[in-house]
Amino acid sequence: MLEALAFYLFSAILIASAIMVIAARNPVHSVLFLILSFFNAAGLFVLLGAEFLGMILVVVYVGAVAVLFLFVVMMLDVDFAELKRGALQYLPFGGLIGLVLVVELIMAGSVWVLQPAALAAKAHATPAGLTNTEALGRILYTDYVYYFQIAGLVLLVAMIGAIVLTLRSRPGVRRQNISVQNARTAAMAVEMVDIKPGQGSEEGA
Amino acid sequence: MALIHFWTWLFEKLGVTLPYGWAWFFSQAVFIVILCLVLMLSVAVVILADRKIWAAVQMRRGPNVVGPFGLFQTLADALKFFFKEVVIPSGSNKVLFLLAPIVSVVLAFIAWAVMPFNAGWVLADINVGILYLFAVSSLSVYGVIMAGWASNSKYAFLSALRGAAQMVSYEVSIGFVMITVLLFAGSLNLSKIVESQATTGVLAFAHWNVFSLLFPMLIIFFVSSLAETQRPPFDLLEAESELVAGFFVEYSSAPFLLFFLAEYMTVMLLCGLMSILFLGGWLPPLNIMPFTLVPGIIWFLLKLGFLFFMMAMVKAIVPRYRYDQLMRLGWKVFLPTSLLWVVLTAAWVVVFRHPA
Repeated sequence: MLEALAFYLFSAILIASAIMVIAARNPVHSVLFLILSFFNAAGLFVLLGAEFLGMILVVVYVGAVAVLFLFVVMMLDVDFAELKRGALQYLPFGGLIGLVLVVELIMAGSVWVLQPAALAAKAHATPAGLTNTEALGRILYTDYVYYFQIAGLVLLVAMIGAIVLTLRSRPGVRRQNISVQNARTAAMAVEMVDIKPGQGSEEGA
Repeated sequence: MALIHFWTWLFEKLGVTLPYGWAWFFSQAVFIVILCLVLMLSVAVVILADRKIWAAVQMRRGPNVVGPFGLFQTLADALKFFFKEVVIPSGSNKVLFLLAPIVSVVLAFIAWAVMPFNAGWVLADINVGILYLFAVSSLSVYGVIMAGWASNSKYAFLSALRGAAQMVSYEVSIGFVMITVLLFAGSLNLSKIVESQATTGVLAFAHWNVFSLLFPMLIIFFVSSLAETQRPPFDLLEAESELVAGFFVEYSSAPFLLFFLAEYMTVMLLCGLMSILFLGGWLPPLNIMPFTLVPGIIWFLLKLGFLFFMMAMVKAIVPRYRYDQLMRLGWKVFLPTSLLWVVLTAAWVVVFRHPA
């Protein structure tokens, strides 16, 4: 009862906010609705018993990715109403893609009904006797550790590539060098000059 | 447990058989209300303590007029805020403007759901407690961003941008510190993390995480949590000399009060989290007679209070960082150090704790 109530609450808010993501006029509102839908998806994960995935969804997508979205959208001064004016002409194409996805989902779901043998292969959220954090850890770090390492390597290369592409060295930038600052003594920093009247100092104006 | 029986009994008197799920629901609701009330009262005490410590360092008296020793000062301030007018700037986005403080305070409250105050004293003893706390604390940046953007003010917006960058940066090192601790504990459950620091020996404190390889991680966590909660010396979001008051410059009355409440609740939360991760939570420091008789909640509160005292002292004695120094510290010092420590801790656990 409580579980069903929570499920319908989460999924209703998820669908409504997903619609609002594309329907909202203000882009900042769109991103905030996107965050709300991430949050409710995380709630659905927790209901499924996949609490680790739910929390990671919040940490990664809501806590990091969506912050950057929001950051960019707030700083951009784009007239989104102007951009959206022609959006309706893409509706048939978008609808077609949506239809394909729905048909695929129905086909995937109906396999379990038509072929009861396929139910055996259906993934369980938690194997018996393990919390799902342990189960995921076992899969990633024990069963498929080499593939995981390769995936990590690919990400590392991507990260280094992004840094190399955006790194530029600007000449003439004044940077703080704390060790040099701390190594300065009074003898290096202060010079005593005896200025004669009418002559001025030798250096500077 | 007793509360669940009470609700079942009460509804039976009314002629309704209450299913177990609903009885659990009602008893949790009661516990949540009690916890929220206690938290709000303790925030009042903590704010007063903060101001008193700050004053003592500067050889002032601090608040001492309302009530004995100024004990009711915070309540008076809260009352004052409630009776002020809520001013909403005409150019602001009204819904988000009012939503921002609510988001902040709700996030500050829900984080306490997984906090174990004593053995078994926890609202939701979930498997991924530490991950939940990390997720909630990474959400707290939204209150700041929404407030800054919705105010439609330059100062507030600049502050929100600073805040987003600052909180995302320091989240990274907080995450790595948490990983080192959970490598040591072997669990993501906060109660299990505390239990992993328990020992039967007399010198119980020597078995806490702080007196191990993880000692530098406590320092990194402490400094990062100062940055995460925008406490001085990292209060660049509300740098008075540059940004007037930062993201809440347009706020007044109760919405401002909510921001204030959320800030101190998060500070308390991080102090509690540090005492659980590093100082053994509710465990007594020595396993001998007078110490073991003291209830665990007292030890937990003492440790929380000690860490809060340190935070208040930092506020009083350290000058504010510059923004580039803040970013340098986060990305060039804390991130590599904590990453190195994750590798070191993993190696330590493999070699010394679970030798093959």
